[in-house]
Amino acid sequence: MSTLDTTPSTPVTPRWQTLLIRPETMTFLLLVVGIFAGSQLSPFFLDINYILKSFTLYSELAIVALILTMVIIAGEIDLSPAANMALSACLFAWAQASGIPMPVAIGIGLAAGLLMGLLNAWMVISLQLPSIIVTIGTLTLYRGLAQVIAGDKSIRVPEWFIGVDKIMILGIPLPVVLFIVLALVLAVILGGTIFGRQIYQIGTNETAARYAGIRSARIKFSLFLLIGFVASVAGIMTASRLGSVRYDLALGGELQMVLMAMLGGTYIFGGRGTILGTFLAAWLLVVVSTGMIVANVLPAVQLVVLGGLLIVAIIATNLIYSRTQR
Amino acid sequence: MSTLRSILLRRESGIAVMIVLFCLAVGSVKPQFLTLDQLRIILLLTPLIMIGAMGQMLVIVARHVDLSIGSMLGVSAMVSGMLYRYVEVMPWWAGLPISIAVGATLGLGNGLLITLFRLPAIIVTLGTLSLYRGLTFIISNAKQIDRQYIPSELKALSQTSPIFGIPWIIFIAFGVAILTYLFAMHTRVGRQIFALGSNPVAAPLRGIKVTQVTLLVFAISGALSGLAGILYASRWGFVNPSNTGAGFEFQVIAAVVIGGASINGGVGTVLGTVLGVLLLGCVAAALPLLGIPGTSQAAIYGAVILIALVIDRSVRRQGIVGLKRAGA
Amino acid sequence: MGENGAGKSTFAKILAGVHRPTRGTITLNGKPVDVTSPIAAQKLGITLIHQEPISFPDLSVAENLVLGKADDGWFSRVPWAQMTREAKALMDLLGVKIDVTRPMRGLSIADQQMVEIARALASDSRLIIMDEPTAPLTPREVETLFVIARRLRDEGRTIIFISHRLEEVRALCDRVTIFRDGNKIATEAIANLSDADIIRLMIGRPFKEYMHKARAEIGAVALKVERLSVPGLFQDISFEVRKGEIVGLGGLVGAGRTDVARALFGVAPAASGTLWVDGKTVSINDPSEAIALGLAFVPEDRAVAGIFRTLSVEENITAAVPKQIAPSGFIRRAIERAMANDSVRRLSIRLASLRQPIGELSGGNQQKAILARWLLTDPSVLILDEPTRGIDIGVKAEFYDMIGELAASGRAILLISSELPELLALCDRVLVMSEGRLTADIPRAEATQESIMNAAVPRRVAFEGAAA
Repeated sequence: MSTLDTTPSTPVTPRWQTLLIRPETMTFLLLVVGIFAGSQLSPFFLDINYILKSFTLYSELAIVALILTMVIIAGEIDLSPAANMALSACLFAWAQASGIPMPVAIGIGLAAGLLMGLLNAWMVISLQLPSIIVTIGTLTLYRGLAQVIAGDKSIRVPEWFIGVDKIMILGIPLPVVLFIVLALVLAVILGGTIFGRQIYQIGTNETAARYAGIRSARIKFSLFLLIGFVASVAGIMTASRLGSVRYDLALGGELQMVLMAMLGGTYIFGGRGTILGTFLAAWLLVVVSTGMIVANVLPAVQLVVLGGLLIVAIIATNLIYSRTQR
Repeated sequence: MSTLRSILLRRESGIAVMIVLFCLAVGSVKPQFLTLDQLRIILLLTPLIMIGAMGQMLVIVARHVDLSIGSMLGVSAMVSGMLYRYVEVMPWWAGLPISIAVGATLGLGNGLLITLFRLPAIIVTLGTLSLYRGLTFIISNAKQIDRQYIPSELKALSQTSPIFGIPWIIFIAFGVAILTYLFAMHTRVGRQIFALGSNPVAAPLRGIKVTQVTLLVFAISGALSGLAGILYASRWGFVNPSNTGAGFEFQVIAAVVIGGASINGGVGTVLGTVLGVLLLGCVAAALPLLGIPGTSQAAIYGAVILIALVIDRSVRRQGIVGLKRAGA
Repeated sequence: MGENGAGKSTFAKILAGVHRPTRGTITLNGKPVDVTSPIAAQKLGITLIHQEPISFPDLSVAENLVLGKADDGWFSRVPWAQMTREAKALMDLLGVKIDVTRPMRGLSIADQQMVEIARALASDSRLIIMDEPTAPLTPREVETLFVIARRLRDEGRTIIFISHRLEEVRALCDRVTIFRDGNKIATEAIANLSDADIIRLMIGRPFKEYMHKARAEIGAVALKVERLSVPGLFQDISFEVRKGEIVGLGGLVGAGRTDVARALFGVAPAASGTLWVDGKTVSINDPSEAIALGLAFVPEDRAVAGIFRTLSVEENITAAVPKQIAPSGFIRRAIERAMANDSVRRLSIRLASLRQPIGELSGGNQQKAILARWLLTDPSVLILDEPTRGIDIGVKAEFYDMIGELAASGRAILLISSELPELLALCDRVLVMSEGRLTADIPRAEATQESIMNAAVPRRVAFEGAAA
């Protein structure tokens, strides 16, 4: 590698060491520990099918979390995708229940997702409002509109549409396959294309990016559109898995999504993070949640664990990054 | 003349006008909206939000946000509820200081995480939103505290009235608003919160202890959520681990931002916030009369937050332009 | 007084407790004092008035006056009535009409300075330091400020007045101290010094003979600018830069040089004026458009606008040439590596690995990497804003060689620099800006430190458009 006959200006950390203190390594180790601990709790844990089946419950959130990772790396945040999932799914279910042909109903759901992404993008990029507050507002709005459409009732979807999670491809449930494929594609985009490269550059230093001719507004705009669209896909998938749609679909899902990104080592202030990290973190979260269910831990304790994990994850990631920054 | 002009130009007058116009509009369709009885309904919808909004306003003025208030409300209501249920000798009023103390402790926890590790408040409180909600389930063993355990004196706070048929709980809410006003406008630390939010970089240069002030702000937000928690038990007569306080944060944030508090910190008034709360109360009271299902409330809160953001931005824009002109 | 970077502001900040000195003592009224913080300074009666006053825009004028003054308990009452009364009294004392109950936001800079001065009076400061207070003021406002400053002096207060403007220093001050390169050069009664003396003392550093520019063929006009204006920043800027030519842009800090560069590059486009690149009229509204036209810009503040601190050197170098390293959208590592390696060799950037974060490199090597980034775009016009700031002497010389070579290869170079020897050694012509206007265009033969400084120091106090 070193064809350069130059003297180092500063002592350089060896490669293995930088690899070891990467947050993704932490995630991976935790995952191994989690699987080991889980296998002590229940032999189910070593059954890959059991884990895959458990993963389908989280697969929609995990899919959106992959895009959210890119949004956070670009220096923004989106808290609205879970509400977006609910509204897209409600619109879709309502449309098909009122007799609109299925393809059109799906189209309506997806278009709604895109529109919701557009509203976020417009307020954050065109109006230059902080994404944190904007997406708290749109989170409330989207969830509220879902409630307007669905009321307190649940809307059923036709029998034949139910069960996306029961479709197996090579023995793997379709939502999990989608998650894995999307993770691969996004990993290549984020790590291998100029678009991905520029996402990191914007998140690291937006001013410098602008001076280097990088169109940061354009990139961020497209990310908000993308997350809106993917959230609506995830919402419709959830509808198929559950068989019916209520306004509280994926309620509180923003926590899980942010948690997956944070556990995977995405830096809350932007510029750092990987798809691999979020990918591992999604599995970790599934293992932890399933482990808690297997161990008969109250759902309540699970909430505490999730909230606590989020805080521990950002503290740990911040510490790791502040160490390597020096 | 210029006094009148400056009064008219204030954000508060804008909201007041909106309230009047809204009530007149609804009243023209449904005349029963403009009765005293209706006013009582409106007022009864607001006390919890008003109390929570006072704390949230201070947090937003200090350039933070607190998403965990609904969960803090839940925990503190549940702690008092459990004590009422299992501690026979507990006097009915003891729930007030206990809930406030529990809330303050939880709020302090938020503040410590934010200041100690320099984390963004939004993520910390998103985490504690879930964490504190889980706590509520744990201490209650996921069971609701039913009507019979809530002392009747406590419930009476929401039903009996010292004067004019207005229940105690409303007086408490306005009392909190007045205290917040005195605190924010007439104590040194109250002004320091505004200074901190107005210019965080300059604040330490003028001797403001940023860490302590931030901790105090989050503790206040927690304490007021705690007060709202015990009053929830009073108002509804039960404490439910999953419903109590759920979604509270969005109502409160909506009220605060429409009341004119700026998400850029340093700006916010008690009067504006009170009016913001009342406007939301009017909307909530009008919906059933107009035949709009109550389920559309959340959507309205969301829309209100977004509209307030856009208004805030255009006001700020003018402010900047004005600054440049004045500098000429 | 002193040139840019002479250390005046740093010195003022040390006196006011914003920075701590590493060595030395401060003696106040015959007693050594330790100024540990701005609050401590205030207690000692020292107040620093910044050029852009520090204020809390959402608080009232009266509150801004007293904030940080009394530090009694947290929950002690704020005496609004008394506070307002005292604030009014101070404003009357200063003879300015500012409503003390209005918020700071929206107050003109001049009025904000008055509030700062009033704050100094409120804490009964005996030593008031004003750091270039007049730069953003209109002539009338300057006059008001002077009247007040004289009155404060007559009350027995000490005023340290930091300024670039000779006329003002003459009009106001009794004695003048001149700083150069962080050293005190002279302190003298102002009456004993002529303008020429002062300028000589400010610039009179031992002239180092830098590597002179290799003679390059000067060709066609590459960049032409006519009547470029941004209200409030600069007016009617017209000049041209030819291929192979190095044109210097001198002037004092705040003269608007960087603003011109930012306008040329589309970072903050000009409000009016016309631009030609290679003879064609163009409009540039975003840096990406500027880059497409063959412009390149090495900005002044590396950390803010230049580097991606935590990203690799390699990524930093190739940031402006996405199409070259990723013709199809996918990054071709081999091409990228080759380009980065080539740059490292050409500019002899010292590093351990192309993969190391650029933040780990020294300032000079970071700057070389930024220059390398722009050379990869093969620019026809290169704008360099203080390219050698904060870089040690050895690396500086390398930079001078490089800039000369770049011109020799037919590029047009606009060099913004506050270092006069640098301008003299490198430039074919030196343009000088003062207070938002072009005041001189000096050919190489006539360029001296004196001629540049003469054009740079504002002579007339009058400058109407200052903050329009």
